Amino acid sequence: MSLLEVDNVTLRFGGVIAVNQVSFAVEEGEVFALVGPNGAGKSTLFNLISRFYDPAEGDIRFDGDSLLSRQPHEIAATGIARTFQNIELFEQATVLQNLLVGRHRHRKSNFVNELLFTPFVRSEERRHRAAVEKVIDFLDLQPYREKYIAGLPYGVRKVVEMGRALAIEPRLLLLDEPASGLSVEETQDVAFWIEDIKKQMGITVLMVEHDMHLVSSVSDRVLALADGKTLSLGTAEEVQNDPKVIEAYIGVSDEHERAVA
Amino acid sequence: MDVLQLFVSGLANGCVYGLIALGFVLIYKATEAVNFAQGDFMMLGAFIALGLTNEQFMGLPFWIAVPLAIIAMGVVGYLLDMLVVRHMFGQSQIAIVILTIALGFVLRFIAGLIWGHEPIALESPIAGKEVRFGGLVLGLDEVTIIVVTLILTVALYIYFNRTKLGVAMQAASQNQLAAYYMGIPVKRVHSLVWALAGAVAAVAGILFASKGSIDPSVGLLGIKAFAAAVIGGFGSLPGALLGGVIVGLIEPFASYYIAAGYSQLMPYLLLFLILVFRPHGILAQVHAKKV
Amino acid sequence: MRTVFKTSYDADINLFRHGTQAAWYMALLVLAVVLPFLLSTFAIGEATNMLIWAIAGMGLMILVGQTGQASLGHAAFLAVGCYANVLLQERLGLPFLLSFPLAGVIAGLAGVLIAIPTTKLHGIYLAIATLAVSILADDVIVLAEPLTGGVMGLYAPTINIFGLEIDRYVNPDRFYWLTLVVTVLVILAYRNVLRSPLGRSFAAVRDSEVSAKAMGVNVARTKATAFGISTAITGLAGALMGHFAGIFNNETFNIIISIQLLLMIVIGGLGSIHGAFFGAVVVALLPQAIAISRDTVGGLLGTGSIAIPGLEQAIFGAILIVFILFEPMGIYGRWVKIRTYFELFPFYRRDMFRRQKSYLKTERMR
Repeated sequence: MSLLEVDNVTLRFGGVIAVNQVSFAVEEGEVFALVGPNGAGKSTLFNLISRFYDPAEGDIRFDGDSLLSRQPHEIAATGIARTFQNIELFEQATVLQNLLVGRHRHRKSNFVNELLFTPFVRSEERRHRAAVEKVIDFLDLQPYREKYIAGLPYGVRKVVEMGRALAIEPRLLLLDEPASGLSVEETQDVAFWIEDIKKQMGITVLMVEHDMHLVSSVSDRVLALADGKTLSLGTAEEVQNDPKVIEAYIGVSDEHERAVA
Repeated sequence: MDVLQLFVSGLANGCVYGLIALGFVLIYKATEAVNFAQGDFMMLGAFIALGLTNEQFMGLPFWIAVPLAIIAMGVVGYLLDMLVVRHMFGQSQIAIVILTIALGFVLRFIAGLIWGHEPIALESPIAGKEVRFGGLVLGLDEVTIIVVTLILTVALYIYFNRTKLGVAMQAASQNQLAAYYMGIPVKRVHSLVWALAGAVAAVAGILFASKGSIDPSVGLLGIKAFAAAVIGGFGSLPGALLGGVIVGLIEPFASYYIAAGYSQLMPYLLLFLILVFRPHGILAQVHAKKV
Repeated sequence: MRTVFKTSYDADINLFRHGTQAAWYMALLVLAVVLPFLLSTFAIGEATNMLIWAIAGMGLMILVGQTGQASLGHAAFLAVGCYANVLLQERLGLPFLLSFPLAGVIAGLAGVLIAIPTTKLHGIYLAIATLAVSILADDVIVLAEPLTGGVMGLYAPTINIFGLEIDRYVNPDRFYWLTLVVTVLVILAYRNVLRSPLGRSFAAVRDSEVSAKAMGVNVARTKATAFGISTAITGLAGALMGHFAGIFNNETFNIIISIQLLLMIVIGGLGSIHGAFFGAVVVALLPQAIAISRDTVGGLLGTGSIAIPGLEQAIFGAILIVFILFEPMGIYGRWVKIRTYFELFPFYRRDMFRRQKSYLKTERMR
């Protein structure tokens, strides 16, 4: 059984079909990348998995259970964490607080003992902080611990968002364009981190990325989408050389044109 | 009391609410700011007209005082945006709400200083006269209010959808930066919208003050008009008028059919219900945020 | 600037960042306790009033400053707390020690009740819904005359705690201490919320609802909880307000009070306990300051002191406009800047607290 199964999912916005009968399965322990031109439906798929959208048809299963019966806020508890394409951090809070929100899934206290701040709440807090410090060490975020997000540069925000997702301690990590807007060095860091997330932490990664260099260096399998439909599935190399993919990216290829003529 | 007369007087009241609500919507549509002082704009417009034309003050002819008051309120609106609201660019809607509430306090105080706190009626040629349609006797003031409101709403509707400046105003509201790059002078457009809202408020004030006496606290009527705007659908000009009329009608009928104490409760009850069951009003205009 | 070397996770969890800070706040508490021995009876009353407003302000601050939900209707919950407290004492004969916390609970439940249908509303829509609640509460008090006394109002009884009588006119110092105890307890509860997961989920809802959801935060429930805690605290302030005023009716808690409460915490500085207190100082002292300056000006001009209606609100409004334009972070924000200036002297830079200006993106897209 695959960890995540997207089964024949369709989503329409009014008359536009954003995702058209897409099926794929992500295996436990792999890095799976979604590629495709803008508007191909990659981020929409993420939002479907996060339950922000309801699919018109099809099913999404995580670890064998359908996600469709769950509310968006119940997804994190199943072990799925995500980042956002346009960074959705908690701007008026510190990096530490942002990461601690990621621990919300592991909250065992309730608002009554939190109001009183009982010893139990304190011991829980220590546990959360210990977990978050590990993430901070892993992503080298120590200099920004106490800083407010609103004052941080773009590159650091991207990393904080990844850290927040890791603080959830997920089984599946959804990364929406982790390298967009980053410099070459920063992108290289991201590549190393993804490798480590997969190998050291044993977390399965599903990512959307445009940077084909990053995609081919980290991902085990790649799915190419265009206009909401599945184009090609395979290793990064196979997908890059698939004529259908080339056509989707740069229009009709020369050979194809000649063949038609 | 005759139900038909109840209807017409409720409709006339509703038109005044609708006109104030129109001012809210104008500013909201174009600048996304919510001007909680719109009711106080109305109050100020009424007092300026009254100060110009009433015998005890300046005693100018009514037909000179009215355009002067409308222009004056337009200038007030323009200056207010230029000097105060413009500096709030990029702050949250609530910050602007709080700012304009505070502004309302100040305007009420100024009006009280100049014209006193005793209720005064506007000396206008439409006050206290009657018109007959067949067997029906209606107040000229009420009929005038209804007619003027209709004309104004249609004119504004055409303005926003057909004229270049109106379209520019809409564009500026959707995306300030993009509108700016397209060569729309966003700041001036915003100030002009505030001027327009000020002028509309003045019209509402003049109409309201010809119907009965006013004092500086009449600006609190703005809250009721705001309820009307939300009921009708914030961001929709016909919606504002519709909401105003609903609120205007619900009051007299509630006190007629239920009990007097319930009449002022009904608009807010309706508002609350609308917000719960149809959050964006009867004529909604809202989309979901994309992530 | 003081650098704190953290050697354990408790350094972040504790109430105070370092010993010096704790010492300062203890000194402040001692001063607050001995205040009745230093002040005149009149001034004690003013100090009590200030504390009550601060409690109400903290209640609203939890909702507006921490959770980002604007409410223009908190006077309604002041009223719920006030009427519940007095009616429980008068009608059911409960002692103050029971009626007071129950009043808070009732106000909290009322808040949750209002929150449940309104959690879908955002920003301005929530503000207008709560505004409607405030106006409705005013009307309901008048209509429910058999219970509330309508426009005639109710008298608050003398508080009796195990035979110890507390009356704001007979022994204002005792009433002051009672208010102080409540204030300290509320501050503690507030701080506890902030340093626990609940406070962080409030911040998450305030800053980004989508990502709060993705982190597993139940947004609707979090908002309802924030409403409940906020209105419970406000209800406690309302109960104290009733005892402080002695007699109250629907007008005591009208829509202007709702608005004033919101303006107060904005002037004080959104998002901090300090802000609630700074705001309360302004609200409590402004009428006195106006009275004194009016007497002085009147004396100078020989006109005597004339009451000018609306002057207080107008000055309040003007102060607010100045703050929103020049110091959106409120008095507390200004205080932090001044403190940083002296701590870093002479290395303070003018741009230190400058944020990048963000252009308005449409809030219609939610």
